[in-house]
Amino acid sequence: MTVRVGIDLVDVDDIRQALAAHGQRYLERVFTPGEIADCGGPSAPRPDRLAARFAAKEAAFKALRCSDVLVFQEIEVVTDARGAPTLALHGRTAALAATGRRVELDVSLTHERDLAAAVVAITTLEPEGAPA
Amino acid sequence: MTDEIRTVVRDHARLAVDVDSLSDDTDLYQAGMTSHASVNVMLALENAFDVEFPDHMLNRSVFESVSAIRHAIERVQEGIA
Repeated sequence: MTVRVGIDLVDVDDIRQALAAHGQRYLERVFTPGEIADCGGPSAPRPDRLAARFAAKEAAFKALRCSDVLVFQEIEVVTDARGAPTLALHGRTAALAATGRRVELDVSLTHERDLAAAVVAITTLEPEGAPA
Repeated sequence: MTDEIRTVVRDHARLAVDVDSLSDDTDLYQAGMTSHASVNVMLALENAFDVEFPDHMLNRSVFESVSAIRHAIERVQEGIA
């Protein structure tokens, strides 16, 4: 069994500035409709919550060892029925993740007024480099 | 085109140094551009050049230098992206 982790820290003000500069285009290129809805909706998006989700996307790319990818919608933070965040993978990122025998993908988010962070852990059955 | 790209990088990449001190081939990530800043650069480039980068071009390497960005924009404008 192999556990790989990724971590990221985001300045909430970076999100505020991106929203001010690019508005709806920024939201729609980086976040999924579900994430936007979870963060206050398109008309009143909350930068702190968006920052935590952006940190989760970056942390997941790091854990998956595919940090060259900039299609942030391929990593989606989904809130489950208990209110806990989980990750859903889409597109190229999902295909890359499928190359290992991934058994669990965990995410933890936190945010304060100015900073947001996330840690992602991926557990696979096979060691690094072993055939899936 | 290079001057417009440098203007976008200056305004949106949040580099640790003045973009005019960098060559066209300098790695912008090494110069302090974060992944989040590269999203801002991408969106500003789309505005400045009236293009849209397709998802398959959204890699760090596409935005890693002024010359890489110029090459990417030319590909999109020529419809070969």
